[in-house]
Amino acid sequence: MSHVPSPEVIADQVINGLTIGGIYALIALGYTLVYGILFMINFAHGEIFMFGSFAGFFILLQLAESGFAATNVVLSVVAALLGAMLVSSVLGVILERVAYRPLRRAPRLAPLISAIGASIFLQNVMMLLVKARMQIYPDVFPEGAIGLGPVSISYFQVFIILGSVAMMAGLYLFIKRTRTGKAMRAVAEDKDTAALMGIDVDRIIVTTFVVGSALAAVAGVMVGMYYTQINHMMGFLPGIKAFTAAVLGGIGNVAGAMLGGYVLGLAEALGVLVLPAQYKDVIAFSLLVIILVFRPRGILGEVVSERA
Amino acid sequence: MASLIMCPRWVRYLALVGLISALPPLIGNYWTHVLAYIGIYIMLGIGLNVVVGFAGLLDLGYVAFYAIGAYGYALLASPQFCIHVPFWVMIPVCVAMASLGGALLGIPVLRMRGDYLAIVTLGFGEIIRIVLNNLDSVTNGPKGVLRIDPPSIGPFEFTTPTHYYYLILAGCLVSVFIARRLNDSRVGRAWIAMREDEDAASLMGIDVVKYKLMAFAIGASFAGVGGIIFAARQGSIFPDDFSLMVSINVLCLIIIGGMGSIPGVILGALVLIGIPEVLRAVSLYRMLAFGALLVIMMIFRPMGFIPSSRRRLELGRQE
Repeated sequence: MSHVPSPEVIADQVINGLTIGGIYALIALGYTLVYGILFMINFAHGEIFMFGSFAGFFILLQLAESGFAATNVVLSVVAALLGAMLVSSVLGVILERVAYRPLRRAPRLAPLISAIGASIFLQNVMMLLVKARMQIYPDVFPEGAIGLGPVSISYFQVFIILGSVAMMAGLYLFIKRTRTGKAMRAVAEDKDTAALMGIDVDRIIVTTFVVGSALAAVAGVMVGMYYTQINHMMGFLPGIKAFTAAVLGGIGNVAGAMLGGYVLGLAEALGVLVLPAQYKDVIAFSLLVIILVFRPRGILGEVVSERA
Repeated sequence: MASLIMCPRWVRYLALVGLISALPPLIGNYWTHVLAYIGIYIMLGIGLNVVVGFAGLLDLGYVAFYAIGAYGYALLASPQFCIHVPFWVMIPVCVAMASLGGALLGIPVLRMRGDYLAIVTLGFGEIIRIVLNNLDSVTNGPKGVLRIDPPSIGPFEFTTPTHYYYLILAGCLVSVFIARRLNDSRVGRAWIAMREDEDAASLMGIDVVKYKLMAFAIGASFAGVGGIIFAARQGSIFPDDFSLMVSINVLCLIIIGGMGSIPGVILGALVLIGIPEVLRAVSLYRMLAFGALLVIMMIFRPMGFIPSSRRRLELGRQE
């Protein structure tokens, strides 16, 4: 076994963990919101994340090439984020309408396989669009870091950490304080009764997809800017890991997805201090198996009503 | 002509097998190679059909057992460790290893249903691939295992595509036979009961744990055989040969061909593996079509093209 890492290294990894954790949390929210309402894993959610990332890329590329981005960093980033959210939301709505809605009453296997099919389809659409070449995000973010005692947090990381927290806070307020949010909670708890209460269940389901996809898009743009390289397969691994995070926190549980995201992020970041780096992905998969075997309800418990 | 159709079933099967056996000299080396490749997928499909189609357990990590069979043979019959166990001895060994793997996978997932089961098995399959890729000292990592021994009977070595064609044909026939017997057996009926309603089945006295583990183990063993034949035929194997796509391919061919039915699996393999080989030029769009086909099939014909009659009843009518 290697030597115990120094506190600075650990602190650095904690920051890394919080950064990637925020991203996992954003994606995980999409899974958990959809699962809470439809009881299905939106296998194609990773691809929605990926499309968001590419959308942001194309927007930033245009802005960077025209020189706009150099002088208006904030506006450019906001434009990229909004554009990505739009693209992903539309994609999510189409996905729901085409691949999931016809299968609402089918046995559970069918929507899951349809989701897998949709996932493969979307991956290949993007592959054909960009001719399977990986793309590189334009460098618009300012370099630099802020020191916080012994650790230095890059501006990127600050942006991601604060940005993801902001999105999650926004989501939380939306769900707790708005009428639509209340309707979403009602549909998640009992779809039929909600319909009896006059809630347009279909519209709420579409809204759920829109919200989840928008969050994933934000994560996609952040990942694109942070890691700079994006490719059509980039949604696969984060998709599974984010699902792990959602299950970790308790599927269907919004707070759980956020918590799960950070737990997974930290586990990965600290895990590479003890395991060889190539096994990083094994951490997520192993956590998934462990949590499903020993505590399938997740840390904060499931929030799904019994189905029939 | 009429007398041909009125013949007893076994005569028709014999004729079909005879026809298939006579193909290699007629179709040339390349197509023999392709058909043999389809044959391996038929074996995999039959095995996964046991897990998904018979027992109703959605296993997305099936490729793991394929890998166990392949690497099991490769590591013990190549210059890697300088051990050269004969192919025929390794067949039962690989079957045993794969079955053990299946049972081991089955144990933690016993209580899981549907989506969770799918994701966990997917994770398991990926873990195996990552481990194979990184355990350089044992598996040679991404560089793969090379110069794997071909099977031999005495002085005769299996070298040409035709040799492997017959080997795989034999494997398919045995697999189909075993699968049919399972379907008509007590075990098969237990699986069907479990698949349709686990709680009711266990209330009727079916030991769900035992039959689930059996499904995983038996299903895995087919993949083990497929793996060892694959390794021997390819001569060299790499971790990337055992990606998630293989699991998804096999699942696809079962679903599109017809879940729970053996002719369906064969049709699925022919269509999904054979046609892309024929249309090499448009292989770029193959995966696109895959994905779309899955969605379309689920919406319009979730039971597949040639489902077993039971499945057609199950999945055909929806509210």
